Amino acid sequence: MDILLSGLLLGGTYALMAMGLNLQYGVARIMNLANGEMLVLGGLAAFWLFSAAAISPLLTNVIVAPLAFVGNWLVYRFLLLPLVRRAKTQGQLEVDSILATFGMSFVLVGVMVSIHGEYFTYSFLADPFTLLGKTVALNRLVAFVGACAIGGALYYWLNRTYSGTAVRAVSVSTEAAGLVGINVDRVSALAFAIGGAVTAVGGSLISTFITLDASIGVIFTMKALIILIMGGVGDIRGAIIAALILGLVETAVATVIDPGLTLVAAYAIFLCVLLFRPQGLFGRKTT
Amino acid sequence: MQNLALGGLLLAAAVVPLVSDGYWLSIATTAMMYIALSTSWALFSGPTHLIALSTGAFFGIGGYMVGTGMSDYEQSFWTMALIAPLVATALALLVGLATLRLSGVYFVIFTLGLAEMVRNLVSWVQNNFLGSRGLYVLTDFTEAHIYWMLLAVAAVVFLAGSWLNRSRLGFALRIIGNDEEVARHVGINTAWSKVILFMTTGFFAALVGAIVAPRYSYIEPNVVFSPELSFMVVIMALLGGVHRLWGPLVGVIPFTLAWEAITVSFPNSTTLFLGLSFLLIVYLIPHGFTGLFETMLGRMRK
Repeated sequence: MDILLSGLLLGGTYALMAMGLNLQYGVARIMNLANGEMLVLGGLAAFWLFSAAAISPLLTNVIVAPLAFVGNWLVYRFLLLPLVRRAKTQGQLEVDSILATFGMSFVLVGVMVSIHGEYFTYSFLADPFTLLGKTVALNRLVAFVGACAIGGALYYWLNRTYSGTAVRAVSVSTEAAGLVGINVDRVSALAFAIGGAVTAVGGSLISTFITLDASIGVIFTMKALIILIMGGVGDIRGAIIAALILGLVETAVATVIDPGLTLVAAYAIFLCVLLFRPQGLFGRKTT
Repeated sequence: MQNLALGGLLLAAAVVPLVSDGYWLSIATTAMMYIALSTSWALFSGPTHLIALSTGAFFGIGGYMVGTGMSDYEQSFWTMALIAPLVATALALLVGLATLRLSGVYFVIFTLGLAEMVRNLVSWVQNNFLGSRGLYVLTDFTEAHIYWMLLAVAAVVFLAGSWLNRSRLGFALRIIGNDEEVARHVGINTAWSKVILFMTTGFFAALVGAIVAPRYSYIEPNVVFSPELSFMVVIMALLGGVHRLWGPLVGVIPFTLAWEAITVSFPNSTTLFLGLSFLLIVYLIPHGFTGLFETMLGRMRK
């Protein structure tokens, strides 16, 4: 029961970063391997403002989200769009964007190490809270509620609004979207920027209960990618379920066997997905 | 004529330990290690355009198995240096079978965390079942011996590469890299061709890891399973250019020297420089030095 509860709470926050990556890869077609660093950057901002000015990490998000949005928009517009234009095929774009975002992730790690080389340790809402007769840390619950709120807003935006529909259209086919008068470049930049902002907010929420450090980003990138593939690219609902599964399995392995094996557990899930459902949990088989 | 030139080059490389002092020999050994790793990496990733980030994992298996075999099971260095590459080849087979039948992105993602995953697994097994003793690799090898062994491996990689370029398998891989759909239609077993080449890369990476192990003397999973190594190999190969067999060689030598200077002058910002080199390659020299030379040659001929 304890495992179930904390696993679900952890999965909620994983869902947030996977949604961010989903927008970036599913719509903007950039396999963003600097996604984990964006998350850590959000965590660093939360840590920094909390220790320097005692600003609540929840309030920090009001600053983090717009900053991450603008930052990611600029990155897409000036660094990634040239690659999209240069690429002759989707495969070429994949190779180029993987290498470029690797570069960015290392640069970000380098910059963050020079800002703060140690662990981002701080204590925020680390009080016990009773839920369904079990005790959980309040910060985990708050992060989960925050993740649900953002996930819900994102789901509503994508499925019920005009601009969200345009984003989904681009994710289905860039060519067809262009033909019906959607500005593909602008929508892609928007999706990339929102994806980055969602990830950064996820990072500041996660940093309240997981101690991050400057170089841990790649682990989160890995997890987000596994969730993305398990849930199916471009499928928000699949990503949420996949994130909950990953959260549950990781928590179970960490409590029952060894905390050092969470990545191994993630890989085991990844392997099962690749062998049995490479099209994602809800994906249909492609011919 | 060409063979004579190549023989001369090999001979020149072989006398390096006799004419250089300890410092330069150590740099030359590192360079030779990267030449073997990058060239064998490019055998697979060059034609297929799949960025394999598994070098660190295979290299680590090589180093770790030599360590554990010699410390815990009293095996000789040679036995372990023979077994380790076979284990890595088997792992490459499994990874390849699971991912290479699907789209290339899955492969890249799977290899991205592979070194870290294997390291976690090995540390766990070591702590819980083997007892966490240190692994010592004590041999009589000097730096020069290691250098010559690496040179031999590099030479074998080059031979394998030039054979591959002229073989049916190499031709098949180039077609796969250009258009997998076409490759499938002309009857190439695309998955197996890729898996075989990936296994070759894994074999050589583990062999190099095993040979380099005596350099460390003391083996720890945290040291040998270094994800950074995978990225260094990718950068050097891409910097030189992967569409020619000798491309990675052209990238390794300047990069090893530059990296030596960077780690001495800015020991705390190596990650930053690693990132900048990636960006430099993608935006300014996408086809590497060899691509640059060839464009310049083409312009001069006009």
